[in-house]
Amino acid sequence: MRHGLRVITPGIKATIQDLGRKGIRHHGLARGGVLDLRSAAWANKLLDNDRNAACVEIVLGGFRAEALSACEVSVTGAQADVTVNGKAVDMWRSLQLAPGDELAIGHARHHRLIYLAVRGGFETKEWFGSRSVVVREGLEGCMPLQPEDELPAGSVDTSLGAPRIARPQAWQWLERPPVLGLIPGYQYNQFLTADLRRLVTTEYKVSDESDRMGYRLAGTPMADPPPGIVSEGIVPGAVQVPGDGQPIALLADCQTIGGYPKPGVITSMDCGLLAQQLPGTSVRFEWTDVLSAQNQRRLFERHYHQTVWSEDSLSLSWR
Amino acid sequence: MIEAAGEDALLIRFGDAIDSVLPAQIADLCQRIEALELPWLVDLVPSYTTLLVIYDPITINVLDAKARLRPLLAETPSADQTKAETTESRLIELPVYYSEETGPDLAWIAEQKGLSVQQVIDRHTADTYQVYAIGFAPGFGFMGQVDPSIACPRKDTPRTKVPAGSVGIANQQTAVYPKASPGGWQLIGRCPTVLFDEENLSLLKAGDQVRFVSISRDEYLAQGGQL
Repeated sequence: MRHGLRVITPGIKATIQDLGRKGIRHHGLARGGVLDLRSAAWANKLLDNDRNAACVEIVLGGFRAEALSACEVSVTGAQADVTVNGKAVDMWRSLQLAPGDELAIGHARHHRLIYLAVRGGFETKEWFGSRSVVVREGLEGCMPLQPEDELPAGSVDTSLGAPRIARPQAWQWLERPPVLGLIPGYQYNQFLTADLRRLVTTEYKVSDESDRMGYRLAGTPMADPPPGIVSEGIVPGAVQVPGDGQPIALLADCQTIGGYPKPGVITSMDCGLLAQQLPGTSVRFEWTDVLSAQNQRRLFERHYHQTVWSEDSLSLSWR
Repeated sequence: MIEAAGEDALLIRFGDAIDSVLPAQIADLCQRIEALELPWLVDLVPSYTTLLVIYDPITINVLDAKARLRPLLAETPSADQTKAETTESRLIELPVYYSEETGPDLAWIAEQKGLSVQQVIDRHTADTYQVYAIGFAPGFGFMGQVDPSIACPRKDTPRTKVPAGSVGIANQQTAVYPKASPGGWQLIGRCPTVLFDEENLSLLKAGDQVRFVSISRDEYLAQGGQL
């Protein structure tokens, strides 16, 4: 018996993502992976999945799927109306689906990305050891979800028991005004002091030209960004400033090398905060440092691996 | 010089200007880093004058990662040493069918530079090129330096579709488009060799040396080329 879900409609755009590819960027392949680390991790944590379990990253919503078998799922990320067979259910908790149940995720309010995970993880095709889909590379079969796509789920011996429900701490970070931690680096020293000050005092609007490769930001342009540089390796999170003085924040599907100057890199956790912002929303940058960012990420990862659900499934405690 | 590039990468700089001796030095450092089998290493991205070391910040912090790599930089050989000792640098020959049908900008370059089309082809095939970086698309290798007598800037308006295998020039760089894609380089021919596939990944690596060899239309088709 097939175990998992069948896509009825993917909505605007939906792709399978895990934490991305490793060890292949020198071939010109992008890292890929979930844009919002926190929401995707919670979707998996609610189901006791492996950290790298693949989930569905849904842009703006409108996603519907049918359960092919009994399975447990969770929906996290931007707030949206979620129903099972037309009946309203909550996000940020595990949900039990029976064979034939229809899960419908409505339109995202206030933010951009919704994550759907299944217990056992989605076991779709792998490229280079990862299930992440990087559409722009045009690899065979590496595409957004289409109606009728079957999404097999990994089988797991035991069910969860009582439904897991995340506390508001799981999503409160998303509701705060978006301030993005920026680690100085790359060509930081080549920027004018006044332009670096502009960077952390300007409210930048997320433009419509924003996608998994990067988000274009619009605000008071820098007065005199440095000229183009010899192309060098770039990482998701890097902020490029081309000649027009408007920053571009690179994200998971970005190119592997680039020639625009960069004042720094957004922290991995805040890349998700940026990616969740709808076009027209304002964001700000603030300086941080690499050790603080690493500590923040390390604590987040440790929380995933070293906390367990209580018996009543309402809280997590450290092992 | 080694600096943090965000929380999961270190950027090592070898120089400020493009220099044909650097790719071999950078490739040599890559090999020495790989030989350490560091459990926290995620990827190495060499490019022109730099090496980006991508690592796992959960396993190691930036201070320890820098400390671990710094001794390797001190060992970096001089340009002369690298030429003599680097045996790993490969010379790859890429066959190219140069023609008007595969190189729509060939005639334009010839006219711009006051040369015949055959002279442009001869000069493109005369040099050995250094692969400086793989990027822009899977398997796309940036190579240089192109003879100034045939070097031309990118097109003002990029083409929405460049056929797979197209060989292009952009200023002093030359490259082959592994797959059809949008592109702004000046196109002079087409190469039938597979530059990227899912199993073998990128044929070219930063540090490789490349020569182009002119082949006929029949040879191009016989080698799997598409027209």
